[in-house]
Amino acid sequence: MLKNKRDVAAVVIGGSAGTIQSLLQLLPAIDATVTIPILAVVHVPPRRPSLLTQLFSDRCSLPVREPRDKEPVMRGIWFAPPDYHLLIEEDQSFSLSLDEPELHSRPSLDALFESAADCYGDALIGIVLTGGSRDGARGVRAICERGGRCFALGSDGTDDLAIMPRAAVEAGAKVSTFDEIAGLFRSLGGDTADGGLRP
Amino acid sequence: MNADEQALLFAIYERRHYDFRSYAHASLRRRLSAALTELRCRSLGDLRDKVLADDHAFGALVRILTVPVSEMFRDADFFRIFREQVVPELHTYPSIKLWVAGCSSGEEVYSLAIVLAEEGLLDRCLIYATDINAQALAQARAGVYPIDRMKLFSDNYFKSGGKHSLSHYYTAAYGGAALARSLTANVVFSDHSLATDSVFSEVQVITCRNVMIYFDRSLQDRVLGLFRDALPRRGFLGLGTKESVHFSAHAGDFAELPAREGWFRRC
Repeated sequence: MLKNKRDVAAVVIGGSAGTIQSLLQLLPAIDATVTIPILAVVHVPPRRPSLLTQLFSDRCSLPVREPRDKEPVMRGIWFAPPDYHLLIEEDQSFSLSLDEPELHSRPSLDALFESAADCYGDALIGIVLTGGSRDGARGVRAICERGGRCFALGSDGTDDLAIMPRAAVEAGAKVSTFDEIAGLFRSLGGDTADGGLRP
Repeated sequence: MNADEQALLFAIYERRHYDFRSYAHASLRRRLSAALTELRCRSLGDLRDKVLADDHAFGALVRILTVPVSEMFRDADFFRIFREQVVPELHTYPSIKLWVAGCSSGEEVYSLAIVLAEEGLLDRCLIYATDINAQALAQARAGVYPIDRMKLFSDNYFKSGGKHSLSHYYTAAYGGAALARSLTANVVFSDHSLATDSVFSEVQVITCRNVMIYFDRSLQDRVLGLFRDALPRRGFLGLGTKESVHFSAHAGDFAELPAREGWFRRC
């Protein structure tokens, strides 16, 4: 799938608060040599302060930050600040917004994924973990329409997909196991032979 | 920005004299998409025809594009720092001017006025509260908010170091909470566009919170230039907690207060 990791300019990933455990396994495993931005939306309660950056920066070798408005998108792991939508401008800077929650969520996966699709086109990978809303599906469609690739986390028997990954799959994401997604992240760094997800 | 978006924004600028051309593109695009649904238009071309022909539809579009959503005492630490670090310096002035730029429906104006009242400064203050959204300004002037919002506002107020109960400042009736008129005795509500108008007065404090997140960098630079010109040296600028001057052309004109809660000082 990732024949050439230079084809990938950014990864967007998201899910509900219940996916923090998955992220705690995925993100710390990302190699420190990865040069692209990993942009994450987690549905967390709106009140500040967010503990996500602290939780992850202690464990990850890449820098973990919450962006400020118009900050340039650099390498590392970025979390949407609680109670803001996180968007990517075409000049590869972050924009924040306090527009209404989408599908009851702010931040929303759709807002990040759709704006990132406009910015990165076919060089974007989108990953939907799990959750109980359809947030992320519109974003997956936008990424796929521009030639990017999307993956949704399935349990290993793929019958009981949660609402969020199921909606993502209907929108064009490929059902993937946890190990496949972990492999994808591994394949972004260093010169590993592990190609991660196969088409 | 694609050609249809450009054509719409240019037509609005030329015919309606509202300039949204330098709004941050990613959120503008989402809002235009919301406007298509709400105003039942099939395309941006339809939307353009509609808002040029119909004042009511144009008002609705301005509301959608300027997002009048706010809270009283949003980000309690911002108001705590205002009370603990900004207000003590304001005490040294015989008269004080503040500017709430992009005041929307006024929640922030009342929040600042309450702190100033509690710190014994409100009588000496003149507050300019400006926005381009006429309907939001009317709401701000009226100072009546849905009663079901007051629980959140009260919690925020308490966390910010409020000295009473927020209910001290409002009267509840008919499902609304009406803020005390005394709070706005020295407030001037006025139409002002950060995109096209200029500085109108020197002020000691400016707050402009979560307004510039909707602007692109060129417009942010313009607005921060206005703020630099309106503030004396050591004057205070309060932004949203996720905003910064660091990524603008005027980064060198402001220094951030160490708390990093959105407060800056003019250098």
